[in-house]
Amino acid sequence: MPELNPSPSGVNDFVIKFANVNGTGSASANSLIMKSIFRMGVPVVGKNFFPSNIQGLPTWYEIRVTGEGWIARSGRVDLMVAMNAETYARDIAEVSPGGYLLFDSSWPRPALLTRADVTVLGVPLSQLCSEHFEGARARILMKNIMYAGVLAALLGLDLEVMRGLLGETYAKKPALVEANMKAIGIGYDYAQAHVSCPLPVRVERLDRTRGHFMMDGNTAAALGCVYAGATVGAWYPITPSTSLMDAFRAFCSKLRVDPETGRHNYLVIQAEDELAAIGAVIGASWNGARAFTPTSGPGISLMNEFIGLAYYAEIPAVLFDVQRVGPSTGMPTRTQQCDLLSCAYASHGDTRHVLLFPADPEECFNMAVQAFDLAERLQTPVFVLLDLDIGMNDWMVPDLEWDDAWRPDRGKVLSADMLQKIERFHRYVDVDGDGIAWRTIPGVGEKGAYFTRGSGHNQFGAYTEDSAEYQQVMERLSRKFRTAAGLVPKPVIADAGGTRNAIVSLGSCDGAVREALSLLARTGVRLDYMRVRGFPFGDEVEAFLAAHDTIFVVEQNRDAQLRSLLTLETAVEKRKLRPILHYSGFPVSSDFIVAGVNAALARGEAA
Amino acid sequence: MSITGKPRVEHPGQRRNAVGLSRRAYEGGMSTLCAGCGHDSVTAAIVQACFELSLPPQSVAKLSGIGCSSKTTAYFVSGAHGFNGVHGRMPAIAAGASAANRTLKYIGVSGDGDSLSIGLGQLGHAIRRNMDMLYMLENNGVYGLTKGQFSASADIGSKSKKGERNDHPPIDPVLLALSLGATFVARSFSGDKEQLVPLIKAGLMHEGFALIDVLSPCVTFNDHEGSTKSYAYVREHQQVPIATDFVEARREITVSYAEGETVSVELHDGSRVVLRKLDRDYDPTDRALALAYVQERSARNEHVTGLIYLGEGRKDFHARHQTPDEPLNSLPFERLCPGKAALGGIIARYR
Repeated sequence: MPELNPSPSGVNDFVIKFANVNGTGSASANSLIMKSIFRMGVPVVGKNFFPSNIQGLPTWYEIRVTGEGWIARSGRVDLMVAMNAETYARDIAEVSPGGYLLFDSSWPRPALLTRADVTVLGVPLSQLCSEHFEGARARILMKNIMYAGVLAALLGLDLEVMRGLLGETYAKKPALVEANMKAIGIGYDYAQAHVSCPLPVRVERLDRTRGHFMMDGNTAAALGCVYAGATVGAWYPITPSTSLMDAFRAFCSKLRVDPETGRHNYLVIQAEDELAAIGAVIGASWNGARAFTPTSGPGISLMNEFIGLAYYAEIPAVLFDVQRVGPSTGMPTRTQQCDLLSCAYASHGDTRHVLLFPADPEECFNMAVQAFDLAERLQTPVFVLLDLDIGMNDWMVPDLEWDDAWRPDRGKVLSADMLQKIERFHRYVDVDGDGIAWRTIPGVGEKGAYFTRGSGHNQFGAYTEDSAEYQQVMERLSRKFRTAAGLVPKPVIADAGGTRNAIVSLGSCDGAVREALSLLARTGVRLDYMRVRGFPFGDEVEAFLAAHDTIFVVEQNRDAQLRSLLTLETAVEKRKLRPILHYSGFPVSSDFIVAGVNAALARGEAA
Repeated sequence: MSITGKPRVEHPGQRRNAVGLSRRAYEGGMSTLCAGCGHDSVTAAIVQACFELSLPPQSVAKLSGIGCSSKTTAYFVSGAHGFNGVHGRMPAIAAGASAANRTLKYIGVSGDGDSLSIGLGQLGHAIRRNMDMLYMLENNGVYGLTKGQFSASADIGSKSKKGERNDHPPIDPVLLALSLGATFVARSFSGDKEQLVPLIKAGLMHEGFALIDVLSPCVTFNDHEGSTKSYAYVREHQQVPIATDFVEARREITVSYAEGETVSVELHDGSRVVLRKLDRDYDPTDRALALAYVQERSARNEHVTGLIYLGEGRKDFHARHQTPDEPLNSLPFERLCPGKAALGGIIARYR
């Protein structure tokens, strides 16, 4: 593929990639390096490419240093930190021309670490560790932290910033701070003595990370659940959603334990499977608690029957689907946007569901809160579709906002007082004309009692096999879905001005699309952009599609699922929608999108 | 056609309970089960037990899965919310419902298909979790709604209506519950109201998971010669080692029991379960003995009924999760949301 990004200037604009063996503690070293750059005021993008394994397999971590503040992968590698001999061949092949490769030169340099256009730097990390540290485990861990010291010299990182970060990490173990700093110092000194430091690719202090922090989307979504007032979580552990519930429990253990009684103002059920997890969410929501489950594609498949029950019996439920590569078990530690259709139409029979598409951790927080309001307002399951890239990678996030005046929208729930004032309560009568009926919470009183069922029921909640009564309820559910289209978040639209060509995308593609638009604009290609944020699609989506002639639909799956959903659920002509599909399992990069658009233009697909 | 509820007829002379309600107040809609179905007798026993316990109807929540038995939640306590969910998954709904509001009395009704085939895993985990609920397993050894296939509780050698012999060993919910550590394990017979009503009352007041496996004959598909779950067979082969009386907290024990023949177990609300030994060698507080006793008699195709095991003291679902006494669904938002001030502190740790 041709180089689409202009050559980096070097300063505050490059990509480091770490090739490690998993289970060796490399994650701490890589995180230390990224955080150090962030604290020097320079925006960073971190991506973790890890195996579905505990120890011993290849793993990569990529840090893009981007003074301009882009949030996607660029597609380049300017410095490869090659710490895994098993992957030397592919690692050196991946370095962009003019780039660097750092390896452990404790042993003779293998012949395959040779490329005319790559500068290979050797530091005898293992040897230095053996000389300075005792014990096999310490030597492995210190080797990783030592390359952080080497990089500090090569890239001009501030050692005091690193010391500060280690001090926070090991606040209770000051001896570890000193041991780590010793390793960093050894690496730093060796690099200073043997390499001309810093390299042309390097970090210089900026002030562009103020008002930001680093968080992954699962943690942000979990925080949103806490702020939304969710009290019941039920789940079955599944990669890559597990850290969402881990984070919820961790937040709750600090924020939701009564200081006087020690009692927990939350309850997390680790279920026996995903069927039980969604069942518990439905039971809790039916009973008036805000409840949620985090899962991934295989979990959604298992939950289908219950999802249909919640749709038809009209019970709120919030599901976070942190999408991973399918089909079947697929690649659990790789990212995709491949559950759009399976969520939109989950379960047998006529069902359609509300979907939210966060693009980053900030939206994960906000949409988590919004999901509970929508689920209770609409009395239906709401799916928040993250993916592994948003869910598990640390993103630079603008400080989250919270309005203390905000109160949850619990939807149409009749209280005991309200029940007293009405003659009779009927569960499924559309008294307001918006397709949403009033409900009651168990325990409210005999007058509010009704029987919830997934079998055919009429508007009074009674069992029926009568065609007209059945259809009346089904038609109201359609009306309710149209109401939902006006309540889900509106699309984000960027108008390039005077063009009939556009990109439509969603979720974690956003950063790459926005960077691609900027790169394309430099070559004179102007495109409007719409990022859809919710399903069902509202009027704004229809209007945007109608206003454009050629629309590139950028998404991360093989079968163009967003494009399918648009053709099924809007009036758009199918031929106007040109798919740009990325489904390798790694997050889409900006130059992939640029290449896709340029190829289409070369074929004459857009005016 | 929609099924209408049955009219509630009140007579001036009707006996009323401590909350001022007559027995009729605990009834529900008209049953659509076959005439003579054991399940209708179980429903009547639940109505009687709730009436005698003076439960306010809205304090009860009725949960069920799919099948003939699961339909019956519509036939009792119409003033309570009911939830007829999906096949075999009632325990999951119960777990969530209980998590949201620990103060309601949860009555789960299931059958042998719902609990022992499609829902076996969920039943096992409800026991493991020690959900605070009464779990009625209306057991007839047969699939009724799909017209007569053997269920997983059918005994070896039992014959179907068409004369087919079952060769698979049965899954016995009582043995299952005993081995999984359940603290209240009973078996009864839909035709024995004298035994069933006190068991239901005790199960409702027991803190934690209470299983009552009720042999409840299917008159249409499994009440013939050769069935081990017919009315006639169960009557002839019932073994009752223990008789159970339930004494409410506010009542005195007025019956005098002979020394050494009774065990009185106090429940958390002060009510008592008085167990009278009919078999001198039986001890309902000895789990291993209970297991051996039931196994031995099952091997002879005899049905042991009564309160087979009762053990207090195991932490229930809410005790394990350290939830507050008030229901989670009624905690004010201010106690749940940490607010703007806390948010700054939280994100500061991620810089």
